[in-house]
Amino acid sequence: YNSAVLFFLSVFQQRIEIHKLRDGDNLILGFSIGGGIDQDSNSSQNPFSEDKTDKGIYVTRVSKGGPAEVAGLRMGDKIMQVNGWDMTMVTHDQARKKLTKKNEDVVRLLVTRKSLENAVRQSMMQH
Amino acid sequence: MDTESTYSGYSYYSGRSRGSHRHGERSRDRHKSRSKESSRSEKSVTINAPPAEPLLGEQSVRGEEVQDDNWGETTTAVTGTSEHSLSQEDIVRISKDLDDSVGLDCKRYLNVALSVILGLVVLLTPLAFLILPHLLWPDRLRTCGTACEGLFISVAFKLLILLLAVWALFFRPPRAGLPRIFVFRALLATLVLLFVLSYWLFYGVRILDSQDEDYQGIVQYAVSLVDALLFIHYLAIVLLELRQLQPFFSLCVTRSTDGATQHYNLGQLSIQRAAVVILENYYKDFPVHNPAMLTASKSRAAKHLAGLKVYNVDVFQMKLKAYLLDSPGGNNAAAGIAQSQSRAMIAAAARRRDSSHNELYYEEAEHERRVRKRRARLVVAVEEAFTHICRMQEEEQKKASGDVMDPREAAQAIFPSMARALQKYLRTTRQQHLHSMESIQQHLAFCITNNMTPKAFLESYLTTGPTLQYGKDRWLARQWTLISEASVTSGLKDGTIFLLKCIDFSLVVTTKKIPYIQLAEEFIDPKSHKFVLRLQSETSV
Repeated sequence: YNSAVLFFLSVFQQRIEIHKLRDGDNLILGFSIGGGIDQDSNSSQNPFSEDKTDKGIYVTRVSKGGPAEVAGLRMGDKIMQVNGWDMTMVTHDQARKKLTKKNEDVVRLLVTRKSLENAVRQSMMQH
Repeated sequence: MDTESTYSGYSYYSGRSRGSHRHGERSRDRHKSRSKESSRSEKSVTINAPPAEPLLGEQSVRGEEVQDDNWGETTTAVTGTSEHSLSQEDIVRISKDLDDSVGLDCKRYLNVALSVILGLVVLLTPLAFLILPHLLWPDRLRTCGTACEGLFISVAFKLLILLLAVWALFFRPPRAGLPRIFVFRALLATLVLLFVLSYWLFYGVRILDSQDEDYQGIVQYAVSLVDALLFIHYLAIVLLELRQLQPFFSLCVTRSTDGATQHYNLGQLSIQRAAVVILENYYKDFPVHNPAMLTASKSRAAKHLAGLKVYNVDVFQMKLKAYLLDSPGGNNAAAGIAQSQSRAMIAAAARRRDSSHNELYYEEAEHERRVRKRRARLVVAVEEAFTHICRMQEEEQKKASGDVMDPREAAQAIFPSMARALQKYLRTTRQQHLHSMESIQQHLAFCITNNMTPKAFLESYLTTGPTLQYGKDRWLARQWTLISEASVTSGLKDGTIFLLKCIDFSLVVTTKKIPYIQLAEEFIDPKSHKFVLRLQSETSV
């Protein structure tokens, strides 16, 4: 039973590794984030969150052909961790800082996705 | 004080007679004043507002002028519709005849004389109180000490103040001649009269009869009289001037011919006083009455009915029967049939496919276009005309060359170039009867003198102004009639309706009470204004 729970938890989440692209002096990841505990979260601005009180960091846009898209990040993903740092209870600015550290070339994100959840749920139902 | 007595004289006099007096005006009121009071509920009374010029022209005698100014306000007048109806021309003819009548003139001057006498009596009473003891029993009188003499000064100054106050309040040119007595003034006058009489009574019995030696007491008595008169004057101010200042009613005045509406806020006034206020404001607020504008709708209405001809077979049958059988025929049936006939006519007219609305629309559009075209031509013509005139400066005037003109001549010089365009425009907008050539030239000279631009000159022709703007002959100030179901001296109430009728149109006045306003308070602490930022930012990384 424990293993099934762990399996659940792990499958609902996905690990994504993005290699930053160097563009002149900047390192860009190729996506936009929205959300944060200091933000006003309501359904109009965050269509991706199921729970309206969710103040997590969401991916609002993914630029085409950028490193994030290549790595498998999709719009609507909720970022749970960045390089081990928790992203579920941070302000918008803190999240931005964690993602744009100048001395890091690679960011490892832990994201959840609604579609992922649904897909796993469906497959679980079948069994 | 003089005027208080004037009013007392008035109310006294008018109580006895039902004469009507007009300040320098003879009108049909004079005739109506002789009619019996009608017992009908609807009363028709006339208000005459004396025109400005006669007011200045008639003051021949200085003393009388002062009294003349007063009595106009308390005139009594017509109290009912006459049992015999008269046509308008009859009335005008009769009033012209009465113009030269001596009888009513005497009445007016008698009034004035009575009021003067009463005024003098009231004014001289304190002085008489003071002087009589010295004349009648000078030897027995105790000498007047310092305090007593101080009271003399007090009496003198208080009388002076009273005189000035009365002059300021009452000695003003009357605004209008009211149909009935001004109730408050009559009451005040009666009050003053009673007051003075009671003082005289007391004086006569207790002081003259007993030949009191205490002169100081007598002087104090006189001072108390003057004090009381000053307080009555205060009462007069409050009742006559202050009470109606606080707005209480909102009156809606509509002109019957074209529906022009204005609203006025008035205090608690009697109907006749409210009517005077409304008429005074009418001349400045309402656009001038233009009968030429109304003919279009009348012709449309006439065409609408004329197109229908209803034949009623039943009526024809009845008439035939009555004719053949020599019977009078039932009038009731005929009335009933006539009613149904008119109803049938209305129904048929409503159902008829009338294209008159189409006509109206195109006609109005066409008229609009024509007016705009003429207006454009007029504006251009006037602007060009004004460029020909140039004001000469002071220095240039000294070295005068030949062609120096004064404003009137300058106006006459440039008038012909714009006359045609102006005339055409006035004719299109149906205003040509409001402006004569003389008045236009005068206005032009006036504008040139005051350095006005062509646009300022044209403003009075392009828009219809209030009646004030046009010549005095347009002011039908003498010809207003107040028609009211309630008595005209009763106060305004919520829902009072009365009419002010003129020869060409009437003003319908409805009254509404201004509701009691309940204001609530809400306190906002200045420190409570706090704000937060609503961040909905999206950062690209």
